Amino acid sequence: MKQSTGRTLTISARRRRAAALFLAPMLLVLVLVAGWPLLRTLWFGFTDASLGDLAGARWIGFSNYLEWLSYGEGDGEWVGLLVDGEWWRAVWNTLVFTFITVSVETALGLVVAMVLNVRFPLRGLVRAAVLIPWAIPTVVSAKMWAWMLNDQFGIINDIGLKLGLISSPVAWIASADTAMVAVMLVDIWKSTPFMALLILAGLQMIPEDIYEAAKIDGVNPLVTFWRVTLPLAAPAIMVAVIFRALDALRVFDIIYVLTPNNAETRTMSVFVQENLFQFDQFAYGSAASTLLFLVIAFITLGYIRAARLNLG
Amino acid sequence: MAQLTLRNLCKSFGRAEIIHGIDLDIAKGEFVVFVGPSGCGKSTLLRLIAGLEEISSGELLFDGEKVNDLPPKERGIAMVFQSYALYPHMSVFDNMAFGLKLAKSDSGTIRERVEEAARLLELEPLLNRKPRELSGGQRQRVAIGRAIVRNPRVFLFDEPLSNLDAALRGQTRVEIARLHERMPDTTMVYVTHDQIEAMTLADRIVVLRAGRVEQVGAPMELYLKPATRFVAEFIGTPAMNILPAEVTAEGGLRPKGGAALPLRAPAKAEGLGLGVRPEDLHIAEEGEPALYEGRVTLVERLGESQLVHVEIGHEVPLVVKLARTVPARRGETLRVAAPVDAFHLFGADGQALDIRPQ
Repeated sequence: MKQSTGRTLTISARRRRAAALFLAPMLLVLVLVAGWPLLRTLWFGFTDASLGDLAGARWIGFSNYLEWLSYGEGDGEWVGLLVDGEWWRAVWNTLVFTFITVSVETALGLVVAMVLNVRFPLRGLVRAAVLIPWAIPTVVSAKMWAWMLNDQFGIINDIGLKLGLISSPVAWIASADTAMVAVMLVDIWKSTPFMALLILAGLQMIPEDIYEAAKIDGVNPLVTFWRVTLPLAAPAIMVAVIFRALDALRVFDIIYVLTPNNAETRTMSVFVQENLFQFDQFAYGSAASTLLFLVIAFITLGYIRAARLNLG
Repeated sequence: MAQLTLRNLCKSFGRAEIIHGIDLDIAKGEFVVFVGPSGCGKSTLLRLIAGLEEISSGELLFDGEKVNDLPPKERGIAMVFQSYALYPHMSVFDNMAFGLKLAKSDSGTIRERVEEAARLLELEPLLNRKPRELSGGQRQRVAIGRAIVRNPRVFLFDEPLSNLDAALRGQTRVEIARLHERMPDTTMVYVTHDQIEAMTLADRIVVLRAGRVEQVGAPMELYLKPATRFVAEFIGTPAMNILPAEVTAEGGLRPKGGAALPLRAPAKAEGLGLGVRPEDLHIAEEGEPALYEGRVTLVERLGESQLVHVEIGHEVPLVVKLARTVPARRGETLRVAAPVDAFHLFGADGQALDIRPQ
């Protein structure tokens, strides 16, 4: 007691100091692996950097985003990312992809989760088996689906033809009409198990006796689902949706493997990757990357806000 | 409002038989309490009556009509759960009105019934709150309210007070007793492991043990005339002292290590047990023959009384309940006595035997 007088700390001050100490390494790592690259990308978006000469990048202001390109005599046009039709097409593709896949995955995931929440023999085995699509690396499953969807050798066309569902083989991946559908199908196949697992965790939080109370109240199973199960699982579903939406907004690998160089399925991430590393437009790609970050941030914040309002 | 009949009711989970053929009649408007230790099957029996578990064999009749295969809602029951089982996302009002709304009652009737129940349970100021904004006692009252608005034929309670603290438990117990007075026609079946709840609430108590009925009777009947050693030890706190008994040379009875009693020994003398409640024992007056004389090993002061543990050479000490004013200190020697009619006699099979004076 005697030695410590003079520099005694209250318990809460000591706790704060210990917490800061424990957090410091993590914060440092975050700054190095997330903060620094983010800032660099932001910076490159305002320069004329090229892949071959990152060090010689010069500040050019907002030119990558928007610039009046003058042809002289008052003639000219706006150029830059903000008026780039290809970019907005990619944004639109991303939003469509995200909205449809996440919606379908949520609905299917809920169904699978409800089934897995019921006690039946070998449930543990089935729960594990359901996760297989999620466990396969995306590149592998995308390649696998690419072969299954192949117009000449694919099993999907084969089955479709034999069952008489289609009259001639369809180039699922290559044709403009079906490319997006094919990509979304693969994503749904892959990610539904993950969704189901997250929702299952939420369903298991609902105490059994609430269902028994509903039985005694004479609530039929359908109403029980809409009025009891769904509202109580909603918080878990909201979280699952945000996880999946974040993934879907950044989608790259499935599209890159399944439908490369296809305007129908080009998403924001694919657009960024192409500009950064294929078209030697490093600065332009960096600017797109920055916009991608902002778009995702806005959607996420908007969603969280809306979800919180809904949940009361 | 219903009369219940249980005929040879059995329940098995897989191969494990939990309820072994229970026969019981419950009169209209009666308050019956199922009591017993954990795992005796009391909750399972209640859930069979509720229709939450399927009956394996036997018959369950409501007013003479077989209801074995009716779902809970068609049995006309209401149930209060130990965990309250309120819908957490609904207001107190909606919790109580949910069942009625789905039954397509008109909204005027619903409001009237819910408000009447709320008045009865003093829940009126809380009708717009969510369950998480209520205390444990208030939640339990909402659960009871939800049951009341259903206007049930049979009211079922599954350990409704277990999650409340001691003070609230006493208070809610009184409220349930009052509720039964106000709804004299509603049959109530109440499950508890707490024998005080059983004693204070029940018209009749059903003591269950390992899926069988051990004894059925009015509370004081069970206390004064337990049919088995199990009931004797289960009803009453502190538990009855059971002393191994020997037959004296004169054909009388003597608790092991104690004084002979003027009681005639039964024909089968093996494994006898003499029971005497702690509250029936007292310190022997001068000149009064003592049942036991022993050293005090522990004094538990309860406030209004004290439990004195007396070493009598058995595995367990003799527990004596004395008024708080009686001086008793650890280490001193006490002479303990009991009136002869305070004794209970149990055979080797645990069944009570008649006490016959010599």
